[in-house]
Amino acid sequence: MQIRLERVGHAYDDFEVMRDITLDIPAGKIVCIVGPSGCGKSTLLRFIGGLERPKSGRVLQIGAPPTASLNPLTYIFQDFALLPWRSVAGNISLVLEDHGIRGAKAKAIIDDVLARTKLTDFAKALPKQLSGGMKQRVAIARALAVNPAVMLMDEPLSALDSQTRELLMDDLIGLWARTPFTAVYVTHNLAEAVRLGHSIVVLSRRPGQIREVMHLETPLEDRHFGDADLEAKQKYLWQLMRDEARAADGELLDV
Amino acid sequence: MSDTLPAATAKAVSFRGGGFAPRPMRWVGVFVFITLIALAEWGTQTGWISSLTLPKPSDVLATFVELYESGLLFKHLAPSLSRLAVGATMGALTGVAVGIMIGLFSHVRAGLVPLVAAIFPIPKIALLPLFVIWFGIGEGSKYALIAFGTFTPTVVATYGAVDNVDRSLIRMGQSFGLSWTSIVRKIVLPGAMPGILSGLRISLAIAIILLVAAEMLGAQYGIGAYILEAGSLYDLERLFAGVVILSLLGVLVSAVIGFLERYLLGWRT
Ligand SMILES: Nc1ncnc2c1ncn2[C@@H]1O[C@H](COP(=O)(O)OP(=O)(O)OP(=O)(O)O)[C@@H](O)[C@H]1O
Ligand SMILES: [Mg+2]
Repeated sequence: MQIRLERVGHAYDDFEVMRDITLDIPAGKIVCIVGPSGCGKSTLLRFIGGLERPKSGRVLQIGAPPTASLNPLTYIFQDFALLPWRSVAGNISLVLEDHGIRGAKAKAIIDDVLARTKLTDFAKALPKQLSGGMKQRVAIARALAVNPAVMLMDEPLSALDSQTRELLMDDLIGLWARTPFTAVYVTHNLAEAVRLGHSIVVLSRRPGQIREVMHLETPLEDRHFGDADLEAKQKYLWQLMRDEARAADGELLDV
Repeated sequence: MSDTLPAATAKAVSFRGGGFAPRPMRWVGVFVFITLIALAEWGTQTGWISSLTLPKPSDVLATFVELYESGLLFKHLAPSLSRLAVGATMGALTGVAVGIMIGLFSHVRAGLVPLVAAIFPIPKIALLPLFVIWFGIGEGSKYALIAFGTFTPTVVATYGAVDNVDRSLIRMGQSFGLSWTSIVRKIVLPGAMPGILSGLRISLAIAIILLVAAEMLGAQYGIGAYILEAGSLYDLERLFAGVVILSLLGVLVSAVIGFLERYLLGWRT
């Protein structure tokens, strides 16, 4: 399944947030979206996942999702969004219950996704007992449990420290290598973008428009921390974004 | 570097981080009670407090024992407890239900919030005659008074609690395609539970207050009737024996809610 954005634009009242965004999200690829604060990245992601409707343009789903997919468009949130009153296993079973998956069948899925996110020993723990990185792994496990066709990730690693972020990036790459998934990955962090993105979409400051789309050919598994080529790409992106970010920052001060 | 500093400038950083973290200290409360009662006993024994001001705690206890032995205690307690249970349950259940409706539906909110605000400040006791006309002098009017008094604070606490449920969790539920009922049952309700329970603490205390008011009219038996009768005769021992029962009831209700909180809200940090 593939996602296509056609001339998507949006305004809150007469506060224009984004304009004329046309973008293809190919199946099995990770598309990173970067851009200055307030340029509408989260809003765009909400459009893609159907949590909000754009004022103009369309978001299209091309091709049917795989039949095994319980929830084709699945989010991973920056703040994890785990139910604090449910255990790790309970948080995952939450998204299965509505599909009538209970008992042994649910347990098989939960065990599988917990194993894939290395959380098997924590099935019974409550979120308050987990570190930030583990909470985000639970959220990833929950997303994997519904077999998403497209993962929508809004700064999934931003609430974590840099070591945990590195580890989780490796985890995500490992998961993708096993079974390539389609993802839209919103981030502030250019290092994450060049590590995880098959293509990187740079948005301008508000109203967000596409400034540039960069394609990275190196396979994900071969991208390593501190890679010179990636550093160069990252530097180039930063050049692109710096002026936008500075201008966006100035605008916020005027508000 | 540091060892060259003169000793006079080296000083332990003063600690200022304590407090603001209540710890359970079970026996302190008991101690406060015992001290106060012992003080009253000593005061009344020595004549420092005249028996007209305050009855002797030991006499109150004797009255209480007498009440127990004559079997009258349960004759009074049973109808009171059933009134409290029926009235408070009706009030709390409808209160929680209406509060959740207000929290979930804009139309209900727009329609009912002003109404609840208008009902809340009415002293429900003033409406007792009205309830007697509506529901008769028997149990009906008593249930109604207690239920009505419990209802308003429960509604206000509940819709406040629903408003405070983390919206990002609801968004998460929607993003996983959970049905509306699942979101309400599995996300909104548990998320509102802390607020609902602390609201119940207040509503149930109000229910006990109203119990006495409800038994002012046409009740032969009941803690309220017992207290009112003792009060009209200025029989302070019996009055206090009745008041102690009410206090114990309050402590019991509070303990039950404390237990529920520990059981249901163990997930809180
Ligand atoms: N529900 C809303 N009502 C009004 N304005 C909104 C709403 N949601 C977002 N906005 C505004 O739209 C703009 C884009 O918001 P959005 O959250 O999409 O930006 P973002 O690119 O994700 O920013 P950040 O990088 O800080 O997360 C912001 O200026 C924000 O104030
Ligand atoms: Mg955002």
